[in-house]
Amino acid sequence: MAEQRQYEVGLHPDLPPPASTTGAIGWVRANLISSPVNTLFTVFAIYLVYTMIPPMLDWLIFDAAWVGDDNSVCKNETGGPIAAACWPFIKVWITPFMFGRYPESELWRIKITYGLFGIALLALLIPQIPFKKWFALFLLLPFPIICFYMYVGGSFGLMYVETNLWGGLFLTLVIAITGIVASLPIGIILALGRRSNMPVVKAICVAFIELWRGVPLISILFMSSVMFPLFMPEGVNFDKLLRALVGVTLFSSAYMAEVVRGGLQAIPKGQYEGAKALGLNFGKMMYFIVMPQALKLVIPGIVNTFIGLFKDTTLVGVIGLLDFLAMIQAGSSNPKWLGYLTTGFAFAALVYWCFCFGMSQYSQHLERKLHTGH
Amino acid sequence: MSETNVGADDLHHPTKTMSVSDEVVIEINSMHKWYGSFHVLKDINLKVSHGERIVVCGPSGSGKSTAIRCINRLEEHQKGQIIVNGIELTNDLKKIDEIRREVGMCFQHFNLFPHLSILENLVLAPMWVRNIPRNEAVETAMKYLERVKIPEQAAKYPGQLSGGQQQRVAIARSLCMNPKIMLFDEPTSALDPEMIKEVLDVMIELAEEGMTMICVTHEMGFAKTVANRVIFMDEGEIIEENEPNQFFDNPQHERTQLFLSQILAH
Repeated sequence: MAEQRQYEVGLHPDLPPPASTTGAIGWVRANLISSPVNTLFTVFAIYLVYTMIPPMLDWLIFDAAWVGDDNSVCKNETGGPIAAACWPFIKVWITPFMFGRYPESELWRIKITYGLFGIALLALLIPQIPFKKWFALFLLLPFPIICFYMYVGGSFGLMYVETNLWGGLFLTLVIAITGIVASLPIGIILALGRRSNMPVVKAICVAFIELWRGVPLISILFMSSVMFPLFMPEGVNFDKLLRALVGVTLFSSAYMAEVVRGGLQAIPKGQYEGAKALGLNFGKMMYFIVMPQALKLVIPGIVNTFIGLFKDTTLVGVIGLLDFLAMIQAGSSNPKWLGYLTTGFAFAALVYWCFCFGMSQYSQHLERKLHTGH
Repeated sequence: MSETNVGADDLHHPTKTMSVSDEVVIEINSMHKWYGSFHVLKDINLKVSHGERIVVCGPSGSGKSTAIRCINRLEEHQKGQIIVNGIELTNDLKKIDEIRREVGMCFQHFNLFPHLSILENLVLAPMWVRNIPRNEAVETAMKYLERVKIPEQAAKYPGQLSGGQQQRVAIARSLCMNPKIMLFDEPTSALDPEMIKEVLDVMIELAEEGMTMICVTHEMGFAKTVANRVIFMDEGEIIEENEPNQFFDNPQHERTQLFLSQILAH
């Protein structure tokens, strides 16, 4: 095989790869039909898409009723509900779905806080906007207080709104965001406690985590709404929403603690030693060196817990809180709108998916941003 | 292991000009340490004067790393006394922090903080331990990066640097705290051969400036040129202690002879 060398020894230039391995054809060859099994899967996937997507689109879009302000547009010839989505159902019920039974004259209070939240969030997400620190600080400190006074009312001349009137997506967001914001710091503290050298601190944290993690959320919610008042002295009564909030938060902080602990365990001993050798004390070592790395490692786990928490908020329906999903069920049990529950669920799925997908995307963006090439 | 990557004749002979004062900066009196029931350090006695360059060598598992890690309390000793810079090491966290501020340390695996840029690695401790204002800390950091010859890497992250560069950053990071004593725990053991010299050069320069140094290393060429004392440890004990020429040319104890014959053999 003494083939003539094309180039002198030591002078071989960089050549482009063969044409069959690049471009669209190269991609298809490498990814879709690279082997018999791969080809089989590709064919199967095309078949699945073909059988599932068109009927779904028909149901959601092409056969669906779109316009109208009552149920008449969603009926077939015999007067039953049509075999497709009935979007006017959502349109008619949108305010209760979004805000529950919150008095309509007071809805502006919620909308203002949504606006503030949106502005601050945009400012945080768009890289070109300065003063990020202040927007973040605003969201963490004054904003929850503003929300509390706006939502509850009873002061500053605002009408008092009982929490049992709160509902819909608004209630879902209140529970989810409170849970998310509170469970991370509590989880970090629990994780540090569980790794502590002090036996008492460690025992307390282990007991707390294992207790809350070992019990289903639904039973925690039942305990908080049914059992807890029985232990209270006569006349002492905590708000039902508050009890649910505490339950949800502590439940997810137990999970969060274990996620964070996983991150802490992945930090090499050398990082602690490097920090200690420079004279950093425990608090500074944790704040500057260990936690930033540990939390970055477990971003997928943290966001996983957040997403789980967000969807678990639907469980508060069982103790009579009318969250987004419960409101949709309530709407479709109205005699005029019987039979459109599926449309409601499709809408709920879409809304939940948007929130969860958003969180997931943001976490991936964060992972890329924090990647420093090690 | 080759004898060394820095031939003794590559280097000028700084030891001759370096002065050692009488001021004792580290004093270790019959120190013992156990891991569980395993007796790792047995009756260690050592006095280090200001400006001394001490090289600690010995077979792996001899306790040499553990011994120097006791000096800034990365390891706890169970018996005996360690006095650093006039402060005795006890469980008092304040005193431990005080000692760690004055004792710099470089590790085998550098232990740079991978989530921070090189510059941030350097200014963190001065800013948050010594409370030095940021611009001043940055100035000092750039000065030391200049000295270890990689100022252009300031904005990069540790993961983007070669091993030798990382170790030089680690040395600069310690120096930014303006330490009185530097500990080196096998600083070149994890490096590719061609990078050992650049790190040793920085260490030699440091020695020339009169830094008190204790080095655990297998670089015998470095020991010959820079050290004013070589300590040989085996099985948790200091077996032999001598000035480098005597130590290498005329080792007294048979274990020292064996060790030297093993590492200098080929």
